Amino acid sequence: MSAAAISEASLPRLPRGVRLKHDDARNEWLLLAPERILKADPIAAEILKRCTGEATLAAIVDDLAASFGADRARIDTDVRTLLAGLADKRMVEL
Amino acid sequence: MNAPVNVPRPVGLLAELTHRCPLGCPYCSNPLEMDARTGELDTATWQRIFSEAAELGIIHIHLSGGEPASRRDLVDIVAHCARVGLYTNLITSGIGLTEERVAELSRAGLDHVQLSIQDSDAESADRIAGYEGAFARKRDVARWVIAAGFPLTVNAVIHRANVSRAGAMVKLAIELGAKRVEIAHTQYYGWAKTNRAALLPSRADAERAIAEVEALREVYKGVIVIDHVIPDYHAHFPKACMGGWARRTLNVTPSGKVLPCHAAETIPGLEFWNVRERGLAEIWYASPAFQAFRGTDWMIEPCRSCPRQESDFGGCRCQAMALTGHARNADPVCHLSPYHHRVEAIVSEDTADAAPDYIYRRLQRTPAPV
Repeated sequence: MSAAAISEASLPRLPRGVRLKHDDARNEWLLLAPERILKADPIAAEILKRCTGEATLAAIVDDLAASFGADRARIDTDVRTLLAGLADKRMVEL
Repeated sequence: MNAPVNVPRPVGLLAELTHRCPLGCPYCSNPLEMDARTGELDTATWQRIFSEAAELGIIHIHLSGGEPASRRDLVDIVAHCARVGLYTNLITSGIGLTEERVAELSRAGLDHVQLSIQDSDAESADRIAGYEGAFARKRDVARWVIAAGFPLTVNAVIHRANVSRAGAMVKLAIELGAKRVEIAHTQYYGWAKTNRAALLPSRADAERAIAEVEALREVYKGVIVIDHVIPDYHAHFPKACMGGWARRTLNVTPSGKVLPCHAAETIPGLEFWNVRERGLAEIWYASPAFQAFRGTDWMIEPCRSCPRQESDFGGCRCQAMALTGHARNADPVCHLSPYHHRVEAIVSEDTADAAPDYIYRRLQRTPAPV
């Protein structure tokens, strides 16, 4: 799916079998799936923590913009890019 | 103990909970001499290992065997792994699971199920497994797994009897509801090495199967993820076996021995430590078997000066042992190995004649056939 095509009303969530975990031993965030481990940088981790299936894409972007005092348009692009890539790997549902 | 700075933390642990299994697949990766039930670790010891694994930085636990469902305490073991934050993958034949038990595993926090299939043709599948009715039972198990909400991976091992149906097995995996399928050409260790002449497909058949599965990758993009393990006897460079010896993963046998890979015991002279006597971290960082081929210092030519040494790590130590008589040699699958002709010879000899009967994997078969 292309990043721009994700709907504002979409409810991003991690499917069963995919988990965001803070790895205390290595002090980093990881996105875990069957036979796959992706490192989540701090920005990706903040996005993925909000992918609960309850918040819309628009609400997630608003929340991040407010929490970090950052430019909304830029965050919108970052969130869409990350989610589109993970959706292709079936690690996020939209 | 403190982690040495130059040794990475492991990310995966394969827990062979038992060697017991109702099936007799002739390509089983278990050793020929298997542990009896009486020698198996108890529940409390497995739970301690998993607590130590989490502390050591292990992420994925692969609950395997034998058939892990043959352990009555499987649900307790899964629940403990979930409590200490480990990602659990159940590697099962499905035999020994019931609908109720699948639901219990779900409540206990199991993350993922990997179900083996032997073939897309029922009669052939049961013959390969040495178990009548296995194929039909696996269809039931897949249904229960999907109903419980698990992500399902189907695993199919490819060899002479099913090589013409590699693509059909991808389609069967989709029909069973899997999101991921592993099409794995047989690796010749353990029972598969014993049965090599019965299992090894001709190069032409192997290449046809590979092309068929690669083509399906595009066709089913977004429907199913295909993980394809290509046959190593037909390769040009060796596989990065285990992602490098003692670099990423470890195996714990039913009786508690800790191995760098499931075939490591075929290398003579290695000293393995046991979790009954030592902690998992101490074993990972200091046991002689893990130290033996860690890094690149042990390498001889052609690996020693090879620019690929950090990407394929010289291939597989156990295969080097089996086919050249020395574990430090380059994996003879590599075309740079002076022993590469031995692999070529096996491929032409073992595929020339009609396949002999299988020697089925059986626990009570001691002494092991050679």
